[in-house]
Amino acid sequence: MRRVDVGRLGLTLAAPVLAVLVAVGLTTLVLLAVGDPVSTTWGTILDAGADPRSVALTLSSATTYYLSAVAVAIGFRMGLFNIGVDGQYRLAAFVAALVAGSVSLPAPLHVGLAIVVAALVGAMWASIAGLLKVTRGVSEVISTIMLNAIATSLVAFLLREFRSPVLGANNIGTEPIPASGRVPGLPLVPGTPERVYGLVVLAVAVGIGYAVLVDRTRFGFDLRAAGGSQSAAVASGVDVRRMVVSAMLLSGGVAGLVGLPELLGASYTYSQTFPAGLGFTGIAIALLGRNHPVGIALGALLWAYLDVSANPLQILAGVSSEIVEIMKGITVLAVVVAYEVVRRHRLAREQRQVARELTAGARTPEQVPA
Amino acid sequence: MSEPSTVEPGAPVPTSEAAAPAVELAGITKRFPGVVANRDVDIRVRGGTVHAVVGENGAGKSTLMKILYGAQRPDEGTIRIAGRDVELRSPADAISHGVGMVFQHFMLADNLSVLENVVLGAEGRHGIGDGARRRVLELSQAYGLGVDPDPLVADLGVGDRQRVEILKVLYRGARILILDEPTAVLVPQEVAELFANLRALKDQGLTVIFISHKLDEVITVADEITVMRRGSTVATVLPAEVTARQLAELMVGSELPSPQTRESTVTDVMALRVEGVTLRATDGRTLLADIDFAIRRGEVLGIAGVEGNGQAELVETVMGMRTPAAGRVLLGEQDVTRWSTRRRREAGIGYIPEDRHRHGLLLEAPLWENRVLGHQTTPPNARGPWINRAGARADTRRIVERYDVRTPGIDVVASALSGGNQQKLIVGREMSGEPLVLIAAHPTRGVDVGAQAAIWEYLRQARADGLAVLLVSADLDELIGLSDTIRVILRGRVIAALDPSDVSPEQLGSAMTGAGAPA
Repeated sequence: MRRVDVGRLGLTLAAPVLAVLVAVGLTTLVLLAVGDPVSTTWGTILDAGADPRSVALTLSSATTYYLSAVAVAIGFRMGLFNIGVDGQYRLAAFVAALVAGSVSLPAPLHVGLAIVVAALVGAMWASIAGLLKVTRGVSEVISTIMLNAIATSLVAFLLREFRSPVLGANNIGTEPIPASGRVPGLPLVPGTPERVYGLVVLAVAVGIGYAVLVDRTRFGFDLRAAGGSQSAAVASGVDVRRMVVSAMLLSGGVAGLVGLPELLGASYTYSQTFPAGLGFTGIAIALLGRNHPVGIALGALLWAYLDVSANPLQILAGVSSEIVEIMKGITVLAVVVAYEVVRRHRLAREQRQVARELTAGARTPEQVPA
Repeated sequence: MSEPSTVEPGAPVPTSEAAAPAVELAGITKRFPGVVANRDVDIRVRGGTVHAVVGENGAGKSTLMKILYGAQRPDEGTIRIAGRDVELRSPADAISHGVGMVFQHFMLADNLSVLENVVLGAEGRHGIGDGARRRVLELSQAYGLGVDPDPLVADLGVGDRQRVEILKVLYRGARILILDEPTAVLVPQEVAELFANLRALKDQGLTVIFISHKLDEVITVADEITVMRRGSTVATVLPAEVTARQLAELMVGSELPSPQTRESTVTDVMALRVEGVTLRATDGRTLLADIDFAIRRGEVLGIAGVEGNGQAELVETVMGMRTPAAGRVLLGEQDVTRWSTRRRREAGIGYIPEDRHRHGLLLEAPLWENRVLGHQTTPPNARGPWINRAGARADTRRIVERYDVRTPGIDVVASALSGGNQQKLIVGREMSGEPLVLIAAHPTRGVDVGAQAAIWEYLRQARADGLAVLLVSADLDELIGLSDTIRVILRGRVIAALDPSDVSPEQLGSAMTGAGAPA
């Protein structure tokens, strides 16, 4: 049994490693094709790993990506495609900013309130798609895309209604959150004053919670069963409609947290410059990490690292930092292909194993007395 | 095959010409992971004859036919058509050599006309206009099919649809037709018409390969019969020289596993009662009408019927996957009509589903997770809200051991196992935790003979221990052998109650079509 597990682990790692190698290769070809310096580019990207400030920035950025990808992964595990993480986190961050900016509470309660509000708003916004799916049969893909657009407009509208005069004339945003509601950064990386978002702790907790929920609980089993085969799940007694709503609530709840590291750790206000599009990054990372809690973490770190290392490219190598976007895109495509290849290979391998076991075991049915 | 009991059709039968056989398969072997589907298969089909291939479920008939019409390629062996070696890489390849397949499950577009269905995908042959229509009429006339090109397929009956399927194949130029279980969906008059059609095809020089496990029909219509068992051809016989019983013996081989249950173990404790259950489809059609039956502890109640007459719906209603429009389902004395599937399972209903891939397994999940499936909430799989991994894994090992599931371990995914071993895992799982009632839908379908005998034995033991079983099966010997009482279902109604101790498969078969008088 051990031996099998080692082989399995190797196969599991093979796919993403292969994908990254393919992406590096193709990106190199692109660089060559346009006549950009290949070695300087990769050198610059790799150098970021040795720079403490870049490492700290990577960790902060990965915190946000991780939450976003976990939100997407919860849906993926039961075959739901929650494209609406983007709208969910922006609406949630906005409402959380509004609430946290208008109350005064002792520090832990203040932060806790912001977290709870954000999770609830995200969950409620996502539940609209879940309810539409189970009551009217609306595909969650369509409804979450539409809800993203609605969330964008809604937030823009409400931002004008609730704008704070504190910010300058060029930007509008909510009332800044007072000190008791802020989460200080953590000096995790020595050698740099740059701190990591304090809510990296929240991301880790969500990751552990996700792992335990999916792998260890009955609820998680039902979730995976519904994702593996809806018909078999129904026959096994899973109420698939309820699972759809629960999964959307959970996914949306985690999505609601995506904006918080930035909100409570850096900007303290939801303004027009609040980062957007993190929900879509989450989809790519969830794919890359195969919905696995650790896989997603590695994916989020890779993504964040590429982002951070891309910044000095223009200055140091004279290469447009968009080359990193190309590499990310290729990685996602390659990883999808690689996972499918590995999946088939693994299945064939196990079938061969079973066949060997059968022929090695007792008699084959060939020796039937005629 | 060390001792081939193949009876060469030595005595030349009337139409026999000196020409090469229309189809000759020699030494065909096809392996799938974990199972050899075909082993050294030899068949010679003379031109202008109806050649039947019979065998039990899982004997390798379907695989062989897939090889012959190009859907699968053999690992070894040769295919010769009209004396020439051919390689069939795809169904298109096969049709270009004149081999066409008529499927058991029709592949017709309901919203298109007969002509459009026939032409669809073969537009290159005679266009889509008058040329095509002329050709369809010509063929219909020549082979006495009586197909009208204009009505919508949606408006046709089953027999007509089958003729359209045959016409489709002829239109594509087939000279050799393979029919897979063509009578499974037909009522007796339609069967007679089909046989008349087959004779007309034969008289025109076409060759028909007819796959079936209905032995009486085979003897009626075939010129020669090849029997398959466990993936090999074991004999080729002439229908005039065998009885249905002899054919059956050839099919199952010398061991003849018999599903006979010995003495009755029926108690008078009520286990499952279905009272006046009526089920309607969303479009208002009645799927089940006023179904009544009761099963006591230690009793097996068999449901017989031609497939598609409401058996699947009945099972799903009892399992709580469908909600009846009227009537009640009682487990013991408790009304469970409104209970969810999970609650019913927790209360002690085990379920062996008809389609193990769709309803019984998570194919990409390891065996031990499949042990949990359907029993997520009960020990040894769960402890409070948690999945008890250790408990589930230990119990999976027990099932693998006790039910002889051939696997290298409990961490391989379910799809790596052969069908028989998957089924044994499901049977073991559903028998765990001492269920009160077992719903067994086609428990031995597509399972090799060894596993079949084993599953029968498990059912018998469980029955002796007081299990109540609702058995749905298309295998009449299985129904008669295992059941304490049999209900016949036709178009969603129970039309007869039979005593298995004095009914033959033939009588049961005719009762299923609505022809037989209730005993």
